[in-house]
Amino acid sequence: MMNFDYVRPANVADAIAAASEKGAAYLASGTNLLDLMKGGVCRPSRLVDVTRLPGLDRIERLADGSLRIGALVRNAYLAHDAEFAYAYPAVAEALLSGASAQLRNAATVGGNLLQRTRCAYFYDVGSACNKRWPGAGCDALKGENRLHAVLGWSEGCIATHPSDFCVPLVALDTVVEIEGKDGRRELPLEALHRLPGDAPSRETELERGDLIVALRLPAQAKDFAAHARYIKVRERTSYAFAVVSAAATLRITDGKIGEARLALGGVAAKPWRAREAEQILAGASPDAALYREAARAALADAKPSGDNTFKIELAQRIVVRALSLAAAGTPARIPALPGSPFSSVAGA
Amino acid sequence: MNLPISLTINGVRREIVLDDPRVTLLDLLRERLDLTGAKKGCDRGQCGACTILVDGWRINSCLALAVSHDGAVITTIEGVAQGDQLHPVQAAFIAHDGFQCGFCTPGQIMSTIGLIQEGQAGDDPERVRECMSGNLCRCGAYAGITEAVLEAQANMTHAKQRRSA
Repeated sequence: MMNFDYVRPANVADAIAAASEKGAAYLASGTNLLDLMKGGVCRPSRLVDVTRLPGLDRIERLADGSLRIGALVRNAYLAHDAEFAYAYPAVAEALLSGASAQLRNAATVGGNLLQRTRCAYFYDVGSACNKRWPGAGCDALKGENRLHAVLGWSEGCIATHPSDFCVPLVALDTVVEIEGKDGRRELPLEALHRLPGDAPSRETELERGDLIVALRLPAQAKDFAAHARYIKVRERTSYAFAVVSAAATLRITDGKIGEARLALGGVAAKPWRAREAEQILAGASPDAALYREAARAALADAKPSGDNTFKIELAQRIVVRALSLAAAGTPARIPALPGSPFSSVAGA
Repeated sequence: MNLPISLTINGVRREIVLDDPRVTLLDLLRERLDLTGAKKGCDRGQCGACTILVDGWRINSCLALAVSHDGAVITTIEGVAQGDQLHPVQAAFIAHDGFQCGFCTPGQIMSTIGLIQEGQAGDDPERVRECMSGNLCRCGAYAGITEAVLEAQANMTHAKQRRSA
């Protein structure tokens, strides 16, 4: 690991000033960053430790019915908050389907958003990677790429965003609060991550020094609590990233879908909102044929980036499964195997 | 760069001056404080052999910078027995053959203690396996580990109920 200066600012303004210098990076829990630094993938010259910044570790219920989650709230703490899990069950299930208990205890929600792809060629500093080294090329294109993107990829990069948490958050119109040199601004989470295009090294809309301070779930996000699931296919039962995943949340009244929200994970460089599928679902009676039609729409633009044609079919089946399970109703308790399509939950 | 930090480790307060910000909690414990119970398996947060409790939460000490944990309360495997009396989780691992070579065992035991405090698994073996998936055992002692976790949890819950009765 390359050496670095360590600074621990006392407030957000000092943190932004310290992180605005070239080569600086924010350190929260570091569960992803330290791993990347050990491998030489990230080589920050300064770490700005934000873990002691005051007021960023709170979950606040705001007067307008929205929920504000401080960026330093730990993944496990949020998932096990009973009120949170009751109101936003698909988000809690996604959190608990990710990583291991140890990592969830340490990792922060802000850090979860900014975790880097797990593309093996990004991690291997001996491989060509346009993310690590703009213009170097992409060894994943002709390499082991069965887990890579099928939507929104470019010849420059076929990596996927690995977060589970972000998938239901994008479906529920989550807003990201950002502090920067020019003050506070907000961005829909859906607009935070960028598709690779011809600049895969630019992964988010954040500018140098920008600090995510909170996420906000709008009041309407609670309306989907009765029919909300996150379903995730992994290569082993637990402690693995998604091959593909889907968050499906429905508002069902008088046997009809009033409103549907659908997003996919593991398919693109960002959590993928499937709005066309949502429009097909809205106003219709829930049944298997409808779910299949929605799934086809969600993957209509998909194309393989390598040995991953199977992901297009698999993603459609996971969309159908997530919609069926959501329609059957949110389980009273998060299943023993969160997010697993093999879980023994009624309706599965 | 000298970085002074203060940690409470197994009930003892330690004043430590780090000469390098790169030191992880795992390396601090093993290389500088002679607490070699936490093991370095992968050093990348994948195996769980380095699991310790920080402020009561189980974490991977290989992915935690010591300097960032100034003021933390840390429990390692060396701090769980009371003299010669084993912690109930240690006793359960022996009773159920929850190990073979023993390398992963300190991490498994610390993870179990963390899991029982978190209170998420109950008496469901499926939940226990899921909640212990961050601890790998290359000898494959998982069946014994699951039984040990279930028994330790039952014993500790009963002991708590007796105390409060």
